[in-house]
Amino acid sequence: MSAQKPRTLFDKIWAAHVVETLPDGTALLYIDLHLTHEVTTPQAFDGLRAAGRKVRRPDATLAVVDHNIATDDSRRTGIVDPESRLQVETLEKNVVEFGVPYIPLLDDRQGIVHVIGPELGRSLPGMTIVCGDSHTSTHGAMGALAFGIGTSEVEHVLATQTLLQKPAKNMRVSVDGNLAFGCSGKDIVLAIIGKIGTAGGTGHVIEYAGDAIRALDMAGRMTVCNMTIEGGARAGMVAPDQTTFDYIAKTPNGPKGEAFKRALEWWKTLPSDAGAHFDKELRLAAHEIAPQVTWGTNPEAVLPITGIVPNPADEGDEAKRAQLQRMVDYMGLTPGQRLTDLKVDVVFVGSCTNSRIEDIRAAAAIAKGRRVADHVRALVVPGSGLVKKQAEAEGLDRILREAGFEWREAGCSMCLGMNPDKLTPGQRSASTSNRNFEGRQGPGGRTHLLSPAMAAAAALAGHLADVRDYQPKGAI
Amino acid sequence: MQAFTKLTGIAAPLPKANVDTDQIIPARFLKSISRDGFGKNLFANFRFKEDGTENPDFVLNQEPYRKAEVLIAFENFGCGSSREHAPWALLDFGIRCVIAPDFADIFNNNCFKNGVLPVRLPREICEKLMEDAKMGGNARISVDLERQVVVRPNGEEIPFQTDPLRRHLMLNGLDDIGQTMQHAPAIDGFEARQRAAQPWLYT
Repeated sequence: MSAQKPRTLFDKIWAAHVVETLPDGTALLYIDLHLTHEVTTPQAFDGLRAAGRKVRRPDATLAVVDHNIATDDSRRTGIVDPESRLQVETLEKNVVEFGVPYIPLLDDRQGIVHVIGPELGRSLPGMTIVCGDSHTSTHGAMGALAFGIGTSEVEHVLATQTLLQKPAKNMRVSVDGNLAFGCSGKDIVLAIIGKIGTAGGTGHVIEYAGDAIRALDMAGRMTVCNMTIEGGARAGMVAPDQTTFDYIAKTPNGPKGEAFKRALEWWKTLPSDAGAHFDKELRLAAHEIAPQVTWGTNPEAVLPITGIVPNPADEGDEAKRAQLQRMVDYMGLTPGQRLTDLKVDVVFVGSCTNSRIEDIRAAAAIAKGRRVADHVRALVVPGSGLVKKQAEAEGLDRILREAGFEWREAGCSMCLGMNPDKLTPGQRSASTSNRNFEGRQGPGGRTHLLSPAMAAAAALAGHLADVRDYQPKGAI
Repeated sequence: MQAFTKLTGIAAPLPKANVDTDQIIPARFLKSISRDGFGKNLFANFRFKEDGTENPDFVLNQEPYRKAEVLIAFENFGCGSSREHAPWALLDFGIRCVIAPDFADIFNNNCFKNGVLPVRLPREICEKLMEDAKMGGNARISVDLERQVVVRPNGEEIPFQTDPLRRHLMLNGLDDIGQTMQHAPAIDGFEARQRAAQPWLYT
């Protein structure tokens, strides 16, 4: 056997899914799992209907509602907003007509599409996974190639189970050493985006490596992969290891018995070979990462919590200066102001970035035995019905409620201003979500992104706060 | 898909980097189940004030840019969400081409599926085109996909590159699902091999 050129995790998954290569180098790439939700599919199903096409592999497709729905008790009596209701009802009709498996709103397994895929054991190592949602990069934490697509591509996958794709370039980000006290996967990925910028990964797939990534649990890895798209790369990945395999073994729909053993053999061949080529490399020392918080209107505008609001006047480049000034103005900041002096109105713990059981435990550990500041509205929105049940079994809901947090039903909630949970103009939020764009959480809303523990600290303090000043009061 | 061959029209200057898809079309307007009608909410947070009236300072509310067919912007245009509603909103407003130094990957793909041409040109050239665009109705810009050139109002031709397959599909307004369906035997073969090797992927 001839020695094969060393390959990356991405190269291996890519090669295993090329159905055909077209003359110009475009690959027809097979898709193993297609996750769908109500917002980016109605036009795709319409397209199938108009062309008389069917869904090629309903068994490799899964639908759920998450973006539009309310996360309070009102969901039990029907969706109030007529447009949201129509979108959800349209998905419900389409899944019946096209035979696609669907998790309904009031099912315990309902939740954010990027939480339920891994949690149910549907997102597995070595798979190609797509969804009409940019945060599909989340599933790369399983050791899969997972990326977001548009609605035309959703239709293409529904009809053909393939996509026309050009291979991406390989980029590796290594985070070496041990993460400091008070830091999490969220702080790692925010620090990375701060270094590479919002377009630093464009055209690449990022593989995360190094001790600090290996030491993360699956939830932490999902947080890192989730925000990869905020650095411009469509997909982030972590090579599967024992942490991954142990996680899958506990999932309800993951392979069992002989199938698991057989799968494991293939999964173990996936990690990048020694000497594999990466087109771009970045190394960070984990111990240099402090708890992070964004101050501006894209995730690149991030600082350690001990930082101060930058002064646009210090920027030499005119276009950049104008952009910084716009951020300072929109966010209602004063240059030189300490970030810890910024009073918050709303705290949101949730979203596909940070709504897993580990995230809720992290927030509850800080909140236990303390009180949310009087002027703050604080929400904790579990990522799925199963996360909610688990948290309740552990008594986390009680800890959080007693501290003054609202305890909600699963959904995208205040991440994107598309359902009843949103900011009003001028409100400032500390949010565990993924985007601090202007108006993202509601028109005129001001978003600061941070970790669940940092969000809990902000809720208690009533302003952005350093979680390292909040030692947990006893075990949870 | 509407074919794109050549257009000559008014270009609107939007001298900003990192124009994300939440700016192009905010999430609260994504509730429609059709592809049409998103143009009225294109750049809604900039075009309209809180009371719903037009913001006269925003370029697309000014003459002659209400009829713009080309948009000139800076780096990382279309970053953020994968929403195809972003090119749908541009198209519905009448914008068929965006020129910028670079584009976010998913947005770039989505444009090609909808007959909206993303043209990547170096920053210095985008700055020149931005100045041309500021001249308004007296300065029409041509974008020719057949010849892969942008023609400035002064007649200067600026070459650009596009992926050959995508260019072919766009010039002819072709639906790529139909093309892929012709590979059905290869897809069948792939599935048979994969099912044997990785049966856990088939339930």
